[in-house]
Amino acid sequence: MPATFTRHPAEIERKDTGIGGKPPLDRRPTGGGGDGDNWDNRPQGRRGPRELLSRYRLGILFALAGDLMFFVALVSAFFVRQSAGHFDARENYVSDWHALAVPPILWINTAILILSSVTMEMARRQLFHEIDVMEEWLGLGRPAVKRAAPWMIATVVLGGMFLVGQWIAWEQLIQEGFRYNSPDPSSHFFYLITGTHGIHLLLGILALVGALAALFTLRRVEMRQVVLDCTAWYWHTMGLFWIFLFALLAFFQ
Amino acid sequence: MIEGRTRLRLFTTDHRAVGVLYLLLALAAVTVGTFLSLLMRIHRVWPDTALPFFGVLKPEDYLALVTMHGTLMIFFVLTTAPQSGFANLVLPEQIGAREMAFPRINAAAFWLTVVAFLVLLAAFFVPKGAPISGWTSYPPLSAVPAAGPGQGAGMDVWLASIGIFCVASWLSSVNMLATILGERGAGMSWTRLPMTVWAWLVTSILTLLVFSVLLAAVILLFSDRHFGSSFFVPLGDMVNGRIVGRDDGSPLLWLHLFWFFGHPEVYIAVLPGMGLATSLLANFTRRPVPGYRVMAAMLIAIGLLGLVVWGHHMFVSGMNPYAGTAFALTTMAIAVPSTVEVLGWLAMLWGGGLRLKTPMLFTLGFLSFFIAGGLTGPILAQPALDTYLHNTFFVVAHFHLVMAMAGAFSLFAGVYYWFPLLAGRLMNEGLGKLHFWITVVAAYGTFFPMHLAGLAGEPRHYERLTGPVASFSGLLPLERGITYSAMLLASAQLLFLWNIFWSARRGAVAERNPWAATTLEWSPEKRLSRVNRGPYEYGANFGETDFCAQWEAVTKQE
Amino acid sequence: MMPAPVTLIDTARVAYMPPDGVLHGPAIDALMRWNLIALLVCFAAAHLWLIAAVLRRRKAAIPTPQSESQDADRLPKIFRWVLLGALCAMYVLMAITAQRLWAANRFEGPSLEAMQVEVVGQQFQWYFRYPGRDAVFGATQAEFANAAAGNPLGIDARDAQGADDMVSSVLVLPAGREVDLRLRSLDVIHGFFIPGMRLKQNAVPGLLLHVHFTPEVPGTYPILCSQVCGLGHARMEAQLRVVSPPEYEAWMVAHERAHVNRGGQ
Repeated sequence: MPATFTRHPAEIERKDTGIGGKPPLDRRPTGGGGDGDNWDNRPQGRRGPRELLSRYRLGILFALAGDLMFFVALVSAFFVRQSAGHFDARENYVSDWHALAVPPILWINTAILILSSVTMEMARRQLFHEIDVMEEWLGLGRPAVKRAAPWMIATVVLGGMFLVGQWIAWEQLIQEGFRYNSPDPSSHFFYLITGTHGIHLLLGILALVGALAALFTLRRVEMRQVVLDCTAWYWHTMGLFWIFLFALLAFFQ
Repeated sequence: MIEGRTRLRLFTTDHRAVGVLYLLLALAAVTVGTFLSLLMRIHRVWPDTALPFFGVLKPEDYLALVTMHGTLMIFFVLTTAPQSGFANLVLPEQIGAREMAFPRINAAAFWLTVVAFLVLLAAFFVPKGAPISGWTSYPPLSAVPAAGPGQGAGMDVWLASIGIFCVASWLSSVNMLATILGERGAGMSWTRLPMTVWAWLVTSILTLLVFSVLLAAVILLFSDRHFGSSFFVPLGDMVNGRIVGRDDGSPLLWLHLFWFFGHPEVYIAVLPGMGLATSLLANFTRRPVPGYRVMAAMLIAIGLLGLVVWGHHMFVSGMNPYAGTAFALTTMAIAVPSTVEVLGWLAMLWGGGLRLKTPMLFTLGFLSFFIAGGLTGPILAQPALDTYLHNTFFVVAHFHLVMAMAGAFSLFAGVYYWFPLLAGRLMNEGLGKLHFWITVVAAYGTFFPMHLAGLAGEPRHYERLTGPVASFSGLLPLERGITYSAMLLASAQLLFLWNIFWSARRGAVAERNPWAATTLEWSPEKRLSRVNRGPYEYGANFGETDFCAQWEAVTKQE
Repeated sequence: MMPAPVTLIDTARVAYMPPDGVLHGPAIDALMRWNLIALLVCFAAAHLWLIAAVLRRRKAAIPTPQSESQDADRLPKIFRWVLLGALCAMYVLMAITAQRLWAANRFEGPSLEAMQVEVVGQQFQWYFRYPGRDAVFGATQAEFANAAAGNPLGIDARDAQGADDMVSSVLVLPAGREVDLRLRSLDVIHGFFIPGMRLKQNAVPGLLLHVHFTPEVPGTYPILCSQVCGLGHARMEAQLRVVSPPEYEAWMVAHERAHVNRGGQ
């Protein structure tokens, strides 16, 4: 098969005989150091679409792991800062942390982002149906792409709404007097956390738009799958990060 | 496989060419860094002498040199060359892959590193010059532009450079991890990996985890400097008569964030050399690695433990003393896997058929410096003793021996070893041996006496020993000796450079596998169908050839 | 007026360490001494092994044994474990002995009879503030700091307890009495380091840090800055003068009189 696909539940019941039956398992000893390696099912040279997809998924996984550490650093700073203070003139230890009430619109934004993850996942799955993949491979139009595109556009729209909502939240805070450079640490962290997340999400939207373009221009089916798959995982992760960051800002100040 | 002269096409994605580019970048960085260190050394013992380019150094010039020397060496030499440099040369071959998982990201990481390098060098040319807060740039000194010359534009440029470098490292480590985990060829199971690959694996994981934290810290510091925040500057902080602290920032927060990055960073610098040492020892003693799994496990242990020892840089920083005890315990614990590695290497030396070629000599040098520098680790790990030795020249001796010299020797070993792979010729043995001996003697001559200066209490970052404050003028003879050694050390590297350029054209033509090595980068075939052997099958069991290369078929008689 | 600088180098004690004049000094020096000796022995042994192994090399390798378990370095495997065990025991012993000293020095605060002195670091000077007869430090505020007017630490004139505070640029302490230093910094992180007292603690702006020790041996000890703090880092040196208690009293009285004559802060 030229591309990875997910089997329809109805097909799983059929035994997988492939074309001409399964190849025999090679149980010859491998000359030491074998360790039960599974090379029989992945002989060298047969690097197919599934390997391509897992390579890119691995890359995205590691990239997001590094990104996670970035947010972990910010969150650690957030907790440390909450407990910081100074000695006033009477040498009492006072803390100047005043919990910032998150603008209520953030709840709506969170709901929108979760919804966008749903649409993103719908888009992603459209690209893995066997029938559609077969038709694309045979040159019978691009039904998978046509099905995925509306969901992707919906995700872009929802993502854009999220960012607009974040901007509105910022405006509300500024009107209440909490700017980034107010001498108020909870303010700093709010803007920093939502801002860096927002930048990541903006990059995600740009990636989505690029993926949409790529779906129509890329020639290889498996590359289209890879592009959308990686974008989707990035998007979901940003949504997951947001849930944690939002909970942090809303409940852990 | 030997490719004759590697053609360097700009923006190439060929991993071997990218590796050579990284090594060239590291060469440029180490040249500048060494030049700066010579200026520092000369100024310390002859403070009123006019120096080339700088004239008579002012105190802030000296501190700027220290800062730039440390930054260049740690980031652009020791983080790039042993990992990205060498791994790009041979990693795909060593694991039986065709190429890196993401060749274009790999190349992009290199070019970003170049940008970071150029931005860093620009710090010398901005108004008021380069920053003076050391490579660790503790705030508030680094957070308040008024705190010193070079802390304005110079500090911003430094932060920009480090930020770009963090992104480059992130990209590079993503590629490396995806390659090692996903691109291994058929038959290349975990226990058949060369030790170099294990080292690069652990190093890549560390790189991925900690550079993001540094990036976050850098962004917070930049925000303090320009956007009115006060993450690191405490309330009421007064610099040069002006209050700059707006709310309760904590300088200690920077120390925690920075050292969470900074300690794994030094393991990132030295772990590839450890993997290479194991590999080269096997190759040149013609014996397999005893306890291969243990050695690999120790690399992993060092990497993991390295993530929880950062507080040993902070014993006297104002951190909770109970935390100090906790970090002292984890730091002493990391001595154990390091000791096991060293004992493993020493065990490999005994009774083997040692071939004292230049790569082997430099591996022995690596061992020597790793032991010498590593042994002062347990002393510094004890807070009661670190109270005296922290930020004295004892620490300078420790990290220069265990990281800089051991790291440099592993770089030399790697270059002498893989040179035939790149150029089809061997580097000159005589010159190599001369280079080795002078470097070893000069390196010990430079850094060993620093222990004594540290025991005398001489603090770091002092730009002179005479003048208005002369408490350490008695150390001048010692320091002069160090300076002379340093000049010899730097000069000896010209032999190395000459050797490279001469051998590339006139060196003895190398056979396909000049070191009779087993690892796959020396294989005659471009693409292997399957790997069936372990990585270090050396020994007399294999008849006359005394080894069985990893690419040999399983049917070859043992 | 700074006294003439004292050269620190004394090779009589633990290699190059200056003589210690503090109560906990001998314990630290003893710890340092046995650590250095032990590690030097390890260093020498490892290098002897290395050199010996190189000297006794042969052309060909010894046949590889059949299994990895037999693959020994010609010495019984037990030797490897004994050596590793001995080294680990050494590390544990080092950790324990050092931890005792650290705990004794840092886990507990000073005794209630300790005298108090405040140390304030500023680019590029150390100031020492004595609380005066009321043994209480007056409040300070950064806004009031005005070195030219004789109030470098910004002692608040409105606070009565600050009226008898004395600021000095020399740290004078009586021998045999425990002192609790509270460390502050006005601008950047400085490192308060007295090699002769085996004492080091960073002075961090925004934090009030305490260290305590008991100077024993009268003499003059340089106080250095051990954390790079700017262009004057290398000349940020002060002096600790440990004097006999009567001398200390006399110094205090003379200083007080001068302080009062200058009209308070």
